[in-house]
Amino acid sequence: MVDRDAASDTGQQPSAAAVRGKVEEIYRTESRRVFATLIRLLGDFDLAEEGLHDAFRAALEQWPQQGLPANPRSWLVSAGRFKAVDALRRRARFEFVEDLDDRPDPASEGAADGDNPGDGVEDDRLRLIFTCCHPALSAEAQIALTLREVCGLTTEEIARAFLVAPPTLAQRIVRAKARIRDARIPYEVPERAELPARLDSVLRVIYLVFNEGYSASVGDTLTRAELSAEAIRLGRLLVDLIPEPEALGLLALMLIHESRRLARSTPSGDLVLLDEQDRSQWQRGLIAEGTALVERALVAGPAGPYALQAAIAAVHAEAPTAAGTDWVQIVGLYDLLLQREPSPVVELNRAVAMAMRDGAAAGLAAIDAILVRGELADYHLAHAARADLCRRLGRNAEARVSYQRALTLTMQAPERRFLERRLTELAA
Amino acid sequence: MKYLCLICAEKVMEQMPRADADKHFEEYQAFTDAIRASGHYLGCNRLLPPDAAITVRVRDGRISVTDGPWVETKEQLGGYYLVEARDLNEAIQVAARIPGARFGCVEVRPVAQDLQTLRALGFETQDANC
Repeated sequence: MVDRDAASDTGQQPSAAAVRGKVEEIYRTESRRVFATLIRLLGDFDLAEEGLHDAFRAALEQWPQQGLPANPRSWLVSAGRFKAVDALRRRARFEFVEDLDDRPDPASEGAADGDNPGDGVEDDRLRLIFTCCHPALSAEAQIALTLREVCGLTTEEIARAFLVAPPTLAQRIVRAKARIRDARIPYEVPERAELPARLDSVLRVIYLVFNEGYSASVGDTLTRAELSAEAIRLGRLLVDLIPEPEALGLLALMLIHESRRLARSTPSGDLVLLDEQDRSQWQRGLIAEGTALVERALVAGPAGPYALQAAIAAVHAEAPTAAGTDWVQIVGLYDLLLQREPSPVVELNRAVAMAMRDGAAAGLAAIDAILVRGELADYHLAHAARADLCRRLGRNAEARVSYQRALTLTMQAPERRFLERRLTELAA
Repeated sequence: MKYLCLICAEKVMEQMPRADADKHFEEYQAFTDAIRASGHYLGCNRLLPPDAAITVRVRDGRISVTDGPWVETKEQLGGYYLVEARDLNEAIQVAARIPGARFGCVEVRPVAQDLQTLRALGFETQDANC
């Protein structure tokens, strides 16, 4: 971020260090907002980033002498815009001048916005999210851009979390920004009519970021937990800005999953399945918040896939034990989910719930029916679920074959250890 | 984070027509002023042409020297900037503004800042500006 000793020796000003601390705090809380507004005012990601940097640099130099401005964000937006325009003019001496004409003229546009940035600031953040998640960008680029530009993570942090080399990730970001510029992707919140489709892509990016942090199986687990926290932060922001039922549903789903983070693995990183988790470790505060959001989503309109998945997660979360779970309601919710979003993975989950409601034999028949169609033949969880039901029915030889099949299909270390443990138990 | 931006081009200042070199110097002055003002600047130098270079090797305890740079490429190292940036993408943005990037290329190398390196190089804290 803004660096080094610009504000160091202002002599008689005893509060220089305090001001510096304040600037850092404002950087943490406001920099992404200021950045989002600067993109709108300057019409360019890179120029806005430079302007943001220069604005905080100027704050470190000027605030210790002049005191904190009444509205720091407004000050930063004005300073950032002024500095960027100034830099652009100076650079135009050497670079291709038509480049300058290509951009919207920042000086003439929306002076009122800069002077009173309280207006529409949250719209700017929303614009930024929708632009970063624009369907013209690849899924990978959407995720990288969202984490860097909306959440403020560094290229190196994102690369580490996704186990990608930093130069690869840096190129992805450079190309995505070039694409936004070349394809003239507008910096705007989509029209009402377009919103559902565009919102889908935003929700998908947020959920992918969450899952990357939640299915921690490889890499630095700490960094990955932070990814889930970022996704939840984005989910909250979205719910504040557009309380659409599916946005509520996604936030609820993430919160309820997150409530089980501690219980779903042992200290050594081994997987603990839902029915074996210590439910006293579930974070009740997150569950309560998630459940309230599900209810809001369900009354708001016909339930979408995120709200339905959140509702299923909420039923699990409210159950005192695995056996004491309302399996009738869970199977019913899976039926609704299948109507909305037919998918063999959802069918598989429904089959597992059926096994709990109607007995292992019924569940096994349902799983075999899916496997016969060949769709999940290479999906390790389908074989693991099948093995589990065979085990419960005492069909140990069949269970062993299915566990082994699952083992050959998964690369995740904790899953492998889990399957190996089950195989050893069967042999005993 | 610190990044070293290595500027490579087919021609260094000494090999340019006088007027071109003068203009190029002016561009570098403007760029360097700008990154000093923005706080990205940590250090920089222009290098004399490779024909002034000597390459040193020690083999079996004996020094051997050869003329010229140790790699033969069409593009030659003409200078460098050491910059401070938030991350690799910010460093790329700064590097893209180096005047030489429009004629040759700029290689951006992250500076190692692990503890072992810092200790070996005599930097007491992570903040040491090398």
